[in-house]
Amino acid sequence: MEYRLKTPVPETEIRKLHSGDIVYLDGTIITARDEAHKKALEMQKKGEELPVDFKGVAIFHAGPIMRKEREEWITVAAGPTTSARMEIFEDEFIKLFRPAIIIGKGGMGDRTTKACREYGCVYLAFTGGAALLGAKGIKKVKGVFWLEELGMPECLWVYEAENFGPMTVTIDTHGNNMTKQVMERVSKNKEELIRKLEGVD
Amino acid sequence: MKNLENIVEDTAVELLKRAANILQDDYVAALSEAHKKTRGEIGRSELSNILKNIELARETYQPICQDTGVIAFMLKLGDSFPIRSKLRKILENATRRATKEIPLRPNAVDLFLGNTKDNVGPHVPLIYIELMEGDDLEITALPKGGGSSNIAAHSMVTPSLGWKGVKQFVLESTAKAGSLGCPPYFIGVGVGGGEDYCMFLAKKALLKPFGVRSNDPKVAEIENELLEKINSLGIGVMGLGEGPTALDLHIEIAARHPASLPVGIVFSCWAFRHAKGRISKGGEVVFEHI
Repeated sequence: MEYRLKTPVPETEIRKLHSGDIVYLDGTIITARDEAHKKALEMQKKGEELPVDFKGVAIFHAGPIMRKEREEWITVAAGPTTSARMEIFEDEFIKLFRPAIIIGKGGMGDRTTKACREYGCVYLAFTGGAALLGAKGIKKVKGVFWLEELGMPECLWVYEAENFGPMTVTIDTHGNNMTKQVMERVSKNKEELIRKLEGVD
Repeated sequence: MKNLENIVEDTAVELLKRAANILQDDYVAALSEAHKKTRGEIGRSELSNILKNIELARETYQPICQDTGVIAFMLKLGDSFPIRSKLRKILENATRRATKEIPLRPNAVDLFLGNTKDNVGPHVPLIYIELMEGDDLEITALPKGGGSSNIAAHSMVTPSLGWKGVKQFVLESTAKAGSLGCPPYFIGVGVGGGEDYCMFLAKKALLKPFGVRSNDPKVAEIENELLEKINSLGIGVMGLGEGPTALDLHIEIAARHPASLPVGIVFSCWAFRHAKGRISKGGEVVFEHI
């Protein structure tokens, strides 16, 4: 199935999605990778107020190239980064901040899959390296936070997206994790291939 | 007239631009071919995104991917090319300029001070120098993304396992890399030499011309075998199980210690970005590819 969603995405809409569905997205996308996840979680723990509200919007594992023209930020290139690095705190992030969507590449693990099921969130795989296609789906930069402290790749860029995609649902709210299923198959294939290897020397 | 130092700097900036923005024709053709052959809808959608993105980069002359890596230059220095120890300074300047002009994402992180914001830091840009005959300087610019560098692997294989052990390690490393480095991959394997040198050989192997097999027929056969086996792992485009896992694989070999069988494996994502140029002593510049 193909869907076009708009943020804030209601949980009922998110729960309709299944692994393998194609999604295009309109609305708010906020970039956050290693450092931004860490900082947001630390601030929350200390009871400090965050500069953005992640509820119902999409988190984008990305460290874009941005250019400032006069007073306006332009998105030059914005493709996904490897999501696996965020596996150590994504479940906590989903639980506390309740984003509707995580966008990234390479898939995530069991902890994120569990949090997605529990709190009504999906993981959308966007083609790694497709940074200009990504930038094309970003209509406006609504804000930037923590730029001085974390630098261009790690800070929070708040984007207004239009028809951002296509992306593939690989973790849904029903416990499916496509990447994990593929990798289990790869692991079996690998064992079989290694078993059949012959010595040549 | 520009002096030779300026010419080297300008050439390095130009090479970074070409590498970051334009994917070489051979690779685009291989990806188009993969799109034609792939049956699954997900694999087709991923490849179509990849091809659209390559086209956008070419049209708008902007970086294919936001991750333009820790900047690296591989040099071949001719016997009588007159610039030597100044090369680092020149290539640092080129990197700073390219970071602003293209622009490149600042990716050099000082271990204590954080992002240096201009892609220059201790030992960065990375510079590899080989010597060659003649009067020229050959520069290859290699802006290689972090995702595909993180899946590189190294092993000191038990020598008695021989090539079987090497093959096993390559298959295991690729299976482990899975979706993480943006497949379909280009793969370089270095065998022998020493614990660090095999990694350098792997990087050299990666940069060999597309689809051209080793001169050594025994090595060529292993290249073919590994490429075929890697493609039957079933990782697929972006690790979603459909389409090719690897588009090419090269092996470079060196002699080894009797007690050691070092193996290094280096991956590039589908966006295998590199550009080469040659500067003569007199300042003439010739670019390879476009």
